[in-house]
Amino acid sequence: MTIANSISEEQVWDWLEGVPDPEIPVISVVDLGVIRAVSVDSDAVEIKITPTYSGCPAMSIISLDIQAALAKVGVTNLTLKTQISPPWTTDWLSEKGKAQLKEYGIAPPQPSGGPESCPHCESRHVEKVSQFGSTPCKALWRCSDCLEPFDYFKCI
Amino acid sequence: MNHLLEFLLRQGDNALVLGQRMSEWCGHGPALEEDIALANTALDLIGQTQLWLGYAAEVEGAGRDANDLAFMRDAYDFRNLLMLEVPNADFGRTLMRQFLFDAFQVPWLQALTDSADPRVAEIAAKSVKEAMYHLDRSTSTVIALGDGTAESNGFMQRALDYLWPYAAEVFAEDATDFAMAEVGVAPLPSSLRGQWKKTLQATLQEAHLTMPEGEFAHKGGRIGVRHTEHLGHLLATMQVLPRSYPDASW
Ligand SMILES: [Zn+2]
Repeated sequence: MTIANSISEEQVWDWLEGVPDPEIPVISVVDLGVIRAVSVDSDAVEIKITPTYSGCPAMSIISLDIQAALAKVGVTNLTLKTQISPPWTTDWLSEKGKAQLKEYGIAPPQPSGGPESCPHCESRHVEKVSQFGSTPCKALWRCSDCLEPFDYFKCI
Repeated sequence: MNHLLEFLLRQGDNALVLGQRMSEWCGHGPALEEDIALANTALDLIGQTQLWLGYAAEVEGAGRDANDLAFMRDAYDFRNLLMLEVPNADFGRTLMRQFLFDAFQVPWLQALTDSADPRVAEIAAKSVKEAMYHLDRSTSTVIALGDGTAESNGFMQRALDYLWPYAAEVFAEDATDFAMAEVGVAPLPSSLRGQWKKTLQATLQEAHLTMPEGEFAHKGGRIGVRHTEHLGHLLATMQVLPRSYPDASW
């Protein structure tokens, strides 16, 4: 049974699960680990977001997407706050998010600082092409066996 | 003088001016991968600028925000190191400057994570991860080019010789540095000089480059007394749009 005008925090987390990362749309903003906290006070919702990289231009898109997604389900009293401490690290990525990255062709971050294997053919013969990639959170690597280039989610 | 404000402007202006210089490479990098790396470094620095200048604007309490501080101040209001405003010239000088800056910035930000000012500690903790990544790359690029061909080695040595008289400006301390050390907001920059020099020695040796002799350092940028003629040109490019259309939004 649902009670009109009353939203649970769990419900908000559920809605946020449906908001994709604008640059890597296979994972949600929740699995990316940028949602720090959700609090609800009757119909007022407050969400704390942490940036991945301090200059990441996707952060403003993420805020807009969250506003749009919550407006769609009737949340109008929404406050988005930025929280930079403790800083985001790749540890905040969920296991589900890491698996989804790999499936999408992006090697998930590893504590060793480089990808474990090629996301296309699983070969462990991989080499770095560039420490940076198409977005602040990625580096460019290449597989020496299947010769395909691939993105690696940088470990910070 | 509000020393905390002065301190924050120095942090923010360093990131802003270097970020602007790095962004000049966008579309001009020697290879696509390098172009992307330079642009990403610029992006990190501009992001850090927003944090430092955002806090500076709050401390100033004059109703300005980070954008106002970035776009509406003139050269004499800027508090960045002179080394960061000199032109990029070539890829070698750009990366050598990045290395000289990163080699200080990493231990500096690490020290600031223990700041008595929680906001400073927070911003440092966020920025230091990016700075470490930058140092990693600038170090390996300096080594690769220094230990490359005779031509690339020559470029890197000339870059080092050119930048050397600017490199130690950060250690020229003034009342703001002493005030910040006194209240535990930041250590004295000179306390990190030994560590900085060690990083330089190790990297330059591996890169087959000779560290210039002499301790002379141009001063004036971080205390705002005098900048090079290059800063005005940089600001003209960076500020023209918001100054021409002050209330534009998109
Ligand atoms: Zn492969």
